[in-house]
Amino acid sequence: MRAAPASLDARWLQIGAVGGLLLFGSLLRDFELRWEQSALCFAGAIAAQWAWMRVLGLKDVGYLSAIVTGIGLSVLVRADTLWVHPLVAAFAISAKFVVRIRGKHVFNPANLGVIVAVVFLPGAWLSPGQWGSDIVAGMWFVALGVTVTLSAKRFDIAWAFLACYGALLLGRVLWLDQRWAVLLHQLSSGGLLLFTFFMITDPMTTPNDRRMRWLYAALVAALAFSWQFVWYRNGGPVWALFLLSPLVPLLDWLRPGAKHQWRLQPATMAAPVASIARELHARARVSRLWSHRRSENRGCANT
Amino acid sequence: MPKWVLALLALLVAPLQAQAFCGFYVGKADSSLFNESSQIILARDGQRTTISMRNDYRGEPTEFALVVPVPVVLKKNDVKVLDQKIFEHLDSYTAPRLVEYRDDDPCVERIPPPPPAPVAAVARAGTAVAPLVKVEAFFTVGEYDIVILSAQESDALETWLTRNGYNIPKGASAALRPYVRQGMKFFVAKVNLKEHAKGGTQFLSPLQFSFDSEKFMLPMRLGMLNAKGPQDLIVYTLTRSGRVEASNYRTVKMPTDVALPVYVRDQAIFKNFYKTMFVRLAKADNYRTVFTEYAWDSSWCDPCAAPPPTDNEIAAAGAGWIADGRGARVRNASVIVTRLHLRYTPESFPEDLMLQETGDRDNFQARYILRHPWSGSPLQCEAAATYFQEVSQREDQEARALARLTGWNLSDIRAWLPKRSVLKPADKQVP
Repeated sequence: MRAAPASLDARWLQIGAVGGLLLFGSLLRDFELRWEQSALCFAGAIAAQWAWMRVLGLKDVGYLSAIVTGIGLSVLVRADTLWVHPLVAAFAISAKFVVRIRGKHVFNPANLGVIVAVVFLPGAWLSPGQWGSDIVAGMWFVALGVTVTLSAKRFDIAWAFLACYGALLLGRVLWLDQRWAVLLHQLSSGGLLLFTFFMITDPMTTPNDRRMRWLYAALVAALAFSWQFVWYRNGGPVWALFLLSPLVPLLDWLRPGAKHQWRLQPATMAAPVASIARELHARARVSRLWSHRRSENRGCANT
Repeated sequence: MPKWVLALLALLVAPLQAQAFCGFYVGKADSSLFNESSQIILARDGQRTTISMRNDYRGEPTEFALVVPVPVVLKKNDVKVLDQKIFEHLDSYTAPRLVEYRDDDPCVERIPPPPPAPVAAVARAGTAVAPLVKVEAFFTVGEYDIVILSAQESDALETWLTRNGYNIPKGASAALRPYVRQGMKFFVAKVNLKEHAKGGTQFLSPLQFSFDSEKFMLPMRLGMLNAKGPQDLIVYTLTRSGRVEASNYRTVKMPTDVALPVYVRDQAIFKNFYKTMFVRLAKADNYRTVFTEYAWDSSWCDPCAAPPPTDNEIAAAGAGWIADGRGARVRNASVIVTRLHLRYTPESFPEDLMLQETGDRDNFQARYILRHPWSGSPLQCEAAATYFQEVSQREDQEARALARLTGWNLSDIRAWLPKRSVLKPADKQVP
C-alpha cells in the first residue's frame, strides 16, 4: 500500500474543519478546556496508535486518525482533571484495533471515547449546550459540514439522520403547539450539527448498503429523540449512535453491500471526521481503480 | 521511577483546582442589585427534585396567584413553606465578592499575607400561571391554598382558573398548552387570607414542593407572560457531586479573579461595576446565556461572603441527603451549591431551562481583587522606587480591566486613579 499525496489534502481538510471548531470553541466560546488536556488527548491517541501499530506490525499506517480522534474528544469531552482525556483517547484508539467484526471496527472511536468518559470516569462530562444556539454559528457548522461531506460517497447518512431527527422535532413542536422559535433553537445546536456531519458519517461504522444505512440513520434518530425528549436524558445522538453501533454488523449481514475500502492510507483513519476524509480521497483516487483492483484492497486494514 | 514521571503523574492526578484563595473579604454584589430578579432553589438527588420559590409578591394578597407545571400530582406532604432567611443566606453565601490585599513594604523582607473574614444580603421570586379540568388534590399549607389540577385542554384550564378567582394574565392558554399536551399537572397556589392574617406578616413565605421526575428542568416559560423587557432569574442548585449547568443553553462562568482599581472598594461602586458588567455580558450574547456565579461545596468557602449554610438549612432547602433521620450529618455526604444567573427575554429563551449535573467538582466563585499599594515613599529605598513604578503599571492594567469589563471610559477611570510620584531615592539629595 502506498500513500498518495492527494489523500493528505483531504485529511488535512478534515482536521482543519474540526480543528477550526475546536479553536473557535476554545477561544471564542469559553469551552472549559485547558490546552494541557487537549495536548494530552493528542498524546494519548498517538501513543495508542503507535503501540498498536507495533504490536500488529502495521507499517503504512499514519497518525492522522489519532490526531482526528484527539480533536474530536477535545471538542466533546470535558473533565476537571488532566488524566481523563489521554486515557479516553488511548482507549478509543485501542478499541478500533480490538473490537472488530467482519473486518470493520464496531464503534466510532470518538463516540466510544465519549461514552467511556461519562460512564466510567469520575470528573468527566459532556456539555451539549456549550456551542450556544447562535443561528449564524449553526449555519457555519452546516456550511463546513457540507463542504467536507459533499465529496463523500456516504454523506447520505448525515442527511437521512438530519431529516428523520428534524421531522421528529417538528412533529413534537406541532403536537405541543410550541412556537417555531423552539424548533429553530433545537436545530441550531452546534452539538447536533457536529454529530450529524462529523460523527455519524463514519463509513466504517455504518452499514455498507445504502437502504440499510438510511434505516440505520432513522433508528439512530428515533433513539436519539426518545433519549432526549421521552426519557429526558442528555446527549441523545451520541448515546443512540453508541447503543446502535452493534446493529451495523447485523444490517451488513442482512444486506451485504460493498465494504468501504481505503485504497491508499487504509489504517489511519477511524475517528468521526477522519472517515469522511477517507471518502474524499477514495472518491478522488479509488473510483477509477475500484472495479478492476478490488482484489488488491482485500488486505487493507480498516482502521 | 524517574522523578519527572512521578511529577507528571502527580500533575495528572491532581484536580484542576483553583489556587487557595486568601485576602480580606470586603463586599459582595448580591441579588438586591437586580430589581426584577426571581430566585429559585432547585435540589436534585437522583430523580427526587425539590423546588423552592422565593415569593417577592408585594401586592394585595387576594390578587396573588402562582401556577407551576409539575410532572406528577403532589400531595400535602410534598408541599411546604420555607423560611425566607434560607434564600437570603444562600444569596449572600454565593454572591460575587470583592477581596483586598495590602502590598508589603518593599524595603523589608516579605511577610506572609493575612487570612479571610466573613459578612450578609437580599432578592425575589417567580410568578407563573397554570388547567376540561380536574382537581386532583386540594390542601392548605402555611398561608397558601394549594390546588393540583390536571387538564385535557389549555383553554379550559385558563377558563377554570379565571372563574375560580385566580388572577392570571391574558394569553395564558397558549403558554399552558405545551404543558397540558405533555400531560403535566399544575400546582396552583393562592393566599388563604385567614392563615395569612394569623402569620401577622406582610410578606408571603417561599413555597417549596418535591416530586420524582426524570426531568431536571425549570418551567420558566410561564413566568414570561408578564415580562416587560429582560428579567433576571437566579437559580441555586443543590446536588450531590458536581456543578450544574444548562444542557440546552450555553453556560458561561463569570469573569473572575480580576484585579480592579482600589476605588472599587466603595460598595456602591462595586455593585455598580458588577451590575454593569453582568448586563453588558448578557446583552452582548443577546440574553441567551446562563452565567455561573458560584459553584462550591456547601460546607466551606474561601473567602466567605457569608458563613456557609448550616446542614439544617441545606436539608430544609431540599438536600435531605446531607442529614440522617436524627439530623446528624451523613458521613461523606456533600452538597454542591451552584448559583446560575440568567438575564432573559421571552425571545431569547424559547424553551424551558433544561439542566444537568456535571462531573465538575472544581470550586468556582466570581471574585474581584483589590491590591492596596504600600503607603511608604519611593524615596525610602531603591527597591521602593522600583516598586512604585510597578504599582503604576499595575494600576494602569487594573483601570484597563475595569474599562474592558464595564465599557466605562478609560480616561474617566484613570482620572480616579491616584497620582504617582516617579521620584527616586537619589532625587532626595538636593544639591
